Amino acid sequence: MNALVVDDSRAMRKILRSILLDLGYQIIEAEHGLDAIEKLKENDPFEIALVDWNMPEMNGLEFVQHVRENSDHDNMKLVMVTTETEPDRMVKALMAGVDEFVMKPFTPEILIDKLRLIGVSVNAGNQCEEL
Amino acid sequence: MTLAVDDINFLQKLLADRTGHVLNDAQSYLLDSRLKSLVSAQGFETVEQLVAKTRASNSPLLQDQIAEAMTINETFFFRDMHPFEALQETIIPQLIESRRQTQTINIWAGACSSGQEPYSIAIVLREHFPELMDWNIKILATDISDEILARAKSGEYSQFEVNRGMPAKLLIRHFDRNGSTWTVKNEIRKLIEFRKVNLTKSWFFADMFDIVFLRNVLIYFSVENKQRILEQVHRSLASDGCLFLGGGESIIRLDVPFDRETNGQTSWYQPVPSRKMKK
Ligand SMILES: C[S@@+](CC[C@H](N)C(=O)[O-])C[C@H]1O[C@@H](n2cnc3c(N)ncnc32)[C@H](O)[C@@H]1O
Repeated sequence: MNALVVDDSRAMRKILRSILLDLGYQIIEAEHGLDAIEKLKENDPFEIALVDWNMPEMNGLEFVQHVRENSDHDNMKLVMVTTETEPDRMVKALMAGVDEFVMKPFTPEILIDKLRLIGVSVNAGNQCEEL
Repeated sequence: MTLAVDDINFLQKLLADRTGHVLNDAQSYLLDSRLKSLVSAQGFETVEQLVAKTRASNSPLLQDQIAEAMTINETFFFRDMHPFEALQETIIPQLIESRRQTQTINIWAGACSSGQEPYSIAIVLREHFPELMDWNIKILATDISDEILARAKSGEYSQFEVNRGMPAKLLIRHFDRNGSTWTVKNEIRKLIEFRKVNLTKSWFFADMFDIVFLRNVLIYFSVENKQRILEQVHRSLASDGCLFLGGGESIIRLDVPFDRETNGQTSWYQPVPSRKMKK
């Protein structure tokens, strides 16, 4: 399973990479929207893209709009990972086709819960306690 | 730092008396870290000093505060997800059929902690069932802790808390944002009544419940307490009502007349029909 991580911060890409690695993903990184579009062309289909909002060259919202206008990636889930929490702007991103938001800062559990919410495969163990 | 056996025993007994929680010796290493903020809030340096003061003064307030600090309150919106899907896909649609006459649905979230669970239930109802708009819907949300109930009632959550489990679409629709605080909107809040109830004491509710959420709390109790609580829940549940326990909880070792229903990735309990019950 391929995951695309789009963020201009190398530190943030590293954090996302380590969480996704544990979930069994193959990770491709991109530094901004234009770079991400290239990576989409070069690789097999992605199950998911985690996208920052504010980036140089092409920002996250523009990238989302581009992807959603292009039917090649209809099955790819798009998650915005961002400090942006202005409800009006979040609405705009959702209308553009974002599946879910993760607000920075976040923990691995928060991200994994959100992925589960949108039906992305996360293979987490499930222990059972008897009463 | 490790506490003296005597202090550990004192704290275990205090917790059991106040909340019914059984803390085994292996868990007692948690005491130190859980009590840390209360220790400094009370102007002490160490847990030993706090325990000494509590013993000497016998103050019920201090005892309550200690019990509260030792209790786990972890919760989040749409925890485990599947129970909420079951509400949406199966249970609420069935109730809409079976309660057509009374147009009343009573739900109880026992041990609601800071409120994420009852608010999640209310959001499911408002989001997916516009036909319930004129129905009489009541969600009773209870917990043992005054402090946590006050937080639940306020309906205010940090960005971190809404980030955990609340889908962005629902966040935008059902919360107002003020800086980094998100507040549940009134039309959701007014479905819920918050009240203090200690599950290990006897309690009585005027209404029979159609749905009960009692999740991630029974694990802390002794077998006797679990048994007694579930017997009481059974008496408060409508004959076709549903009981949800936590994701990892089951009633395998207990003797209560519930049948387990499994649906997709979740299970819940329903009272055994009375004709099947042995007398
Ligand atoms: C881990 S939280 C579970 C919250 C929520 N039900 C969930 O599953 O996310 C446990 C809650 O049980 C409450 N609790 C503990 N002992 C209790 C008792 N004897 N009676 C009522 N509530 C109790 C605690 O105050 C705490 O808020």
